[in-house]
Amino acid sequence: MSTRITVTVNGQAVTRDVEGRTLLVHFLRDTLSLTGTHVGCDTSNCGACTILMDGQAVKSCSMLAAQADGAEITTVEGLSQNGEMHPIQEGFREEHGLQCGFCTPGMMMAAVDLLKNNSNPSEQEIREALEGNFCRCTGYHNIVKSIQYAAKKINEPEKEVA
Amino acid sequence: MIPNKVDYVRADSVDDALSLMAQHGMDAKLLAGGHSLIPAMKLRLNAPGILIDIRKLSELRYIKNDGGRLIIGAGSTHHDIVTSELAGQAYHMLPEAADLIGDPQVRNMGTLGGSLAHADPAADWPGVMIAAHAHIHLKGPDGERTVAADDFFTGFYSTALQDNEILTAVSIPIPAAGTRSTYQKFMQPASRFAIVGVAAAASVKDGKIEHISVAVNGLADAAFRATNIEEALLGQAPTAANIEEAVKGTGSDVMVMADHFASEEYRLHLAQVYAKRALLAITQ
Ligand SMILES: Cc1cc2nc3c(=O)[nH]c(=O)nc-3n(C[C@H](O)[C@H](O)[C@H](O)COP(=O)(O)OP(=O)(O)OC[C@H]3O[C@@H](n4cnc5c(N)ncnc54)[C@H](O)[C@@H]3O)c2cc1C
Ligand code: FES
Ligand code: FES
Repeated sequence: MSTRITVTVNGQAVTRDVEGRTLLVHFLRDTLSLTGTHVGCDTSNCGACTILMDGQAVKSCSMLAAQADGAEITTVEGLSQNGEMHPIQEGFREEHGLQCGFCTPGMMMAAVDLLKNNSNPSEQEIREALEGNFCRCTGYHNIVKSIQYAAKKINEPEKEVA
Repeated sequence: MIPNKVDYVRADSVDDALSLMAQHGMDAKLLAGGHSLIPAMKLRLNAPGILIDIRKLSELRYIKNDGGRLIIGAGSTHHDIVTSELAGQAYHMLPEAADLIGDPQVRNMGTLGGSLAHADPAADWPGVMIAAHAHIHLKGPDGERTVAADDFFTGFYSTALQDNEILTAVSIPIPAAGTRSTYQKFMQPASRFAIVGVAAAASVKDGKIEHISVAVNGLADAAFRATNIEEALLGQAPTAANIEEAVKGTGSDVMVMADHFASEEYRLHLAQVYAKRALLAITQ
């Protein structure tokens, strides 16, 4: 038995038939070819698959595509607008927030959820918001700086961030 | 990893879910936040034939104050409880415990009802619900019934919930003014599940403990009320020495779990340490 779902992904409505067992992450990667969302574990721990569903960060490996029927999904591919990088993307570039880059899409989506609710997080709050995201390369330090950069940029878009 | 083949249906209401459950019997499983069930299905530890999705049911997702009781719908997410002023006003330990569950992504999906129905011995809500004297509301084909949290958790992933019932809500009597509460846990560093967690509520009057309620999860196959601590401290002064003495022997009457994270002896030690911390935090 398949289920017909309509999901708005990065602003575009798509309708597809999915198998009950199809995980949202596989729907995004294999059906919609949005391979920016990664799969890093089998245990729901690593957060590489983090996307926004109706504005909230969730792990797309731990839910079914069918559960997303009717939802608005944002993936890392949906962050930039009109060719302009999102402040969080700029932050990761400016502050060297990535090495291999595997965790980066999930880190950015978790950070976007944090900054939406708390535009001026402390370092501690940033680290707590990343509890569900593992990075095996950076030691997290530059990821925190990247998010601080994005917070400044969002609060004062006109000012050069030092 | 991909789960076994499974059918999926979204229920329109609690009653619709009940009739779907009756129709499919043992082959069906309710799907709430999915954050215990889907990981288990991915590891093929669980392989239901059909999932009945109740996540979107607004009749299960609310937090309200109803004549001296706090009622939390089973579909409320952990995040809903972190951010609920009503929950925090009733018991500080409610948002405090919610905020210690997993990580932000898990808290955005996982639900109170799913956690209680699943009854993982390392879950945080069971102990908190016992300490808060919660009642668990269940609905089945023959109507509704209520079970005290003290009687709800019957063992390893086992509860008083029948296969044909839905957990609809918990109701918590709002405690007397001046009651303080906390949830303290020693967590497994990757999953953040409790190796040991202690939920405690108490009020102090004229230098003596007037009310006290303490529950422990993570230690045994099910969360339990620490009657030894309650009996030792009721009516006593909450001094560090009295608390130290009262927590001794916590867990001596239950089957203590041991796994590769923590031995039996270590868990017993942690239970005393965390019970002491919790009680000092709310009585000083
Ligand atoms: C990475 C990770 C870390 C976690 N860390 C913690 C932690 O630190 N502490 C903690 O306590 N938990 C933790 N959890 C578990 C999490 O809180 C789950 O969300 C919760 O245990 C189950 O809720 P759910 O809504 O996701 O339930 P589901 O997975 O949808 O369902 C779980 C079970 O309950 C049944 N069920 C669901 N709702 C109902 C209902 N209303 N009535 C009857 N039966 C129902 C289902 O049929 C299923 O058998 C973690 C999970 C993950 C993935
Ligand atoms: S792939 Fe690791 S949490 Fe989703
Ligand atoms: S940059 Fe390699 S895992 Fe984070």
